[in-house]
Order: sequence, then C-alpha cells, then structure tokens
Amino acid sequence: MPKITYIENSEKSHTIEVANGLSVMEGAVQNDIPGIDADCGGGMACATCHVYVKEEWFDKLPIKEDGEEDMLDMAFEPKQNSRLSCQILVSDEINGLTVSIPSKQG
Amino acid sequence: MIKTDTLIIGAGPVGLFCVHQLGIIGLKCEVVDNLDKIGGQCIELYPDKPIYDIPAVPECTGEELTNNLIDQIKAFKTNFHLNERVEELKKIEKKWLIKTNKGTEFEASSIIIAAGVGSFEPRKFFTKEIEKYEGKQILYSIKDKTIFKDKTVTIFGGGDSALDWAIELSNTSKIVLVHRRDDFRGMQASIDKVNQLKEEGKIEVYTKYQLDSVKGEDKIESIAIKHDDDSIKEIKTDYVLGFFGLIMKLGPITEWGLNLDKKTIPVNTENFETNKEGIFAIGDICSYPGKLRLILSGFHEGALAARGCFKYAKPDEKYRFEFTTSSKTVKSRLGVKE
Repeated sequence: MPKITYIENSEKSHTIEVANGLSVMEGAVQNDIPGIDADCGGGMACATCHVYVKEEWFDKLPIKEDGEEDMLDMAFEPKQNSRLSCQILVSDEINGLTVSIPSKQG
Repeated sequence: MIKTDTLIIGAGPVGLFCVHQLGIIGLKCEVVDNLDKIGGQCIELYPDKPIYDIPAVPECTGEELTNNLIDQIKAFKTNFHLNERVEELKKIEKKWLIKTNKGTEFEASSIIIAAGVGSFEPRKFFTKEIEKYEGKQILYSIKDKTIFKDKTVTIFGGGDSALDWAIELSNTSKIVLVHRRDDFRGMQASIDKVNQLKEEGKIEVYTKYQLDSVKGEDKIESIAIKHDDDSIKEIKTDYVLGFFGLIMKLGPITEWGLNLDKKTIPVNTENFETNKEGIFAIGDICSYPGKLRLILSGFHEGALAARGCFKYAKPDEKYRFEFTTSSKTVKSRLGVKE
C-alpha cells in the first residue's frame, strides 16, 4: 500500500499506509492524525482538511478543480502549495507523498 | 418563556423535515438557528449546486430543496428563531429549559439537535495582533455602512460578499480590495463591475496579496500586505473588512454534558437519543456505526427521533403509528381538505 507522510504543525511526523482509492483526508481521519478536521466529510464544501503539499510533490498531483481553489480562499493561511486533502486520491503514483498540516483549520 | 413540546436546534433540511414528522404525530415545536435564513448548509454552502441523491427527486439545488421542505411544513405554522444560538440547557424536573444568546427562553419536554457541523461563524484573519481591533476597525460583517463614509476601507476576500461591498461602498468611501489570487469567485457581473471601477480609479485592487501585519496604537493607522513573491506593500486605512466565508463551530453544544466523539454526538439507532434523556441528535452531527452523512439518512433519523419525543411530550398517551395516506387525524394536522 502507498505510504503517506503527515507532518503536524508541531513537526511530529506520521507515516502510514493508506489504501489506493482513499483520499489523503480519509487516510488521516481513519488513523486519527490530529489537525485534519474534514467537517463536511469530503464534499469540498468546507476547507478544514487543508494541507500544504511538499514542493517536490505539488506538480505531480492532479491539478485542482475550480471548486477546490474557491474553497481554499476560505482556508486558514492558504499558500501556493495548499490543497484540500479530500481531493487528493491515493494511488501507487503518489507513494511517498508528504503533506504538512497547518497550525489550525479555521 | 415559550412553551413547546420539542425544541429543534438547526433549520437545515434535517431539522425542517423533523418539524414535519413532529407535526404529523401532533407535537408542537420551535426552531432556533444561528444563521439569518432557513436552510442550513444547503442554503449557505451550496444554494445553486445540484443535489442528485434525494429519493424521488432526480435533481434539485440546495435552495429548491429548502423551499420544498418549507412548503411541506407550512401547515404547522412553526416559529423560526433565526440569528439566535442556543447557549444554555438546564433540566428542571421533567422539562428542559433552554436559553439563547438573545435571551429567548423555551420550556420543552425534549430537544432535537440537528445542528450539522455546528453554527456558522465568520472566518477571521489569522494575523495574531489584530484581535484588539476586531469589532472596531476590523469587521467581518456590516451593520451600519454610514460609518465608512469618506474613509478608506480595505476589503479582503474574493467572493460575492467582498465584491458586493467593494462596489457598494465605492460610492462613498475609498476602497482597496485585496485577494489572495487573481481569480475572483463571485458572480461574473460583480467581477466585471469591480474591474470597471478599477479602470475608473474608484477601487484599488491588489491580487496575490494577503494581510501581513497591522500598525497602530489604539487605532489602526496602516496595514501591510504581502505578495506571493514576499514583497510587502503598506496601505493607510481606516477600516479593514474580511469576507472569507463562514466556518462551522460546535460552540456551546460541547458544554451540555453530551458525549462527544470528535465533533459528533453518539446516539442510539432506535430513536437517536443521546446520553442525556430527552435530548436527541440527528443529521450530520450524530454518529453511530454505519452513519452516512446524507440528507436522506437525516430524514430517517428525524422520523424516529420525533417518535422518541412523543413519550416525553405525552407521557400518558400511547403513540400510534399512522400513514399520511389514510389517517384522517394526520390529514387534518396537515390541513388537507377532503
């Protein structure tokens, strides 16, 4: 299974195996990674699963849909490498992906 | 003090259908919601987005769903207490006493929490030093627009609220509009209007900028905004408005002694009662094994919770199951003329 690394704002790092087809958000929620709230449950209707994608990975991910960029306007401290983790689907291609979690979600 | 059988917290689709289910079994209810309108997430987050999984409704928008639900409960003449948030609950003998932030008080034999992911509150700036100016020169909503007359107002945000206020206030104030990216997500007509006002020199627009810091002692004198390339620009301003949409917060619900699992309230699946007798939770806010966050699941949960409320409202009567198609009593409650 692909490994995804989540780095908390405190810099504590969690590397876990997430099954193909789940989202990076679901991987976090199912493994109790703190700091990813996902209030809307993955519907792209909030911005509380916001993560920063490590630079070298950002361009390798499928590009954002319009709706995701709109929601990121509302995220806490959005940056150029911001993504909603519910919109990143886990696959073998992203094995090793590293994302950082903002200091808070709202 | 308003006396009723059941108090519903939350006027989203699930709360609305629960009004119907209470109504047909002869229970009265009042509804409280922190938003200024009925409809919850459907109306606040996706009024124009189509929903495809409401049984027997192949496609409808959040707004259409809300309007249909309102239509479906109109016979019950339910009171909605909007712009109010329930703050305190207290049990006195067999009744719950409920108080809102506006001081409205209710007495009810049961409470149904249909509060979604909590109450909607404005998202704020994330710069630390701004707290002391919030509510004075830094605002997230506008109550009295006359205070901005002949002042410089810096507006942050890229959605309709930001654009609409930039356009409106540009008549009487100097407007600076700041957004974190080049694209605005508001209505095209508003975006065009802002561009036109920019050409005419009535609005200054800075994109790819975000708030960096605030300068001033008791009052803000200027703010610094930071570009994506880290360059800083200073702007003299009297007011700063932030329109970053709304965030959902559980708020006082966490203080009522209810069991909580992350941000949800565990319930039983027989009648969706919580660990507190007479308090039920339905819709997105409740959790149980197999829970799906779907509107249709919330409708089912509301139907069962309403029956659960019956024994608290009418302890001496026995609840009898009836179909709307055949029951004269139910039809008369629905105002159906035969």
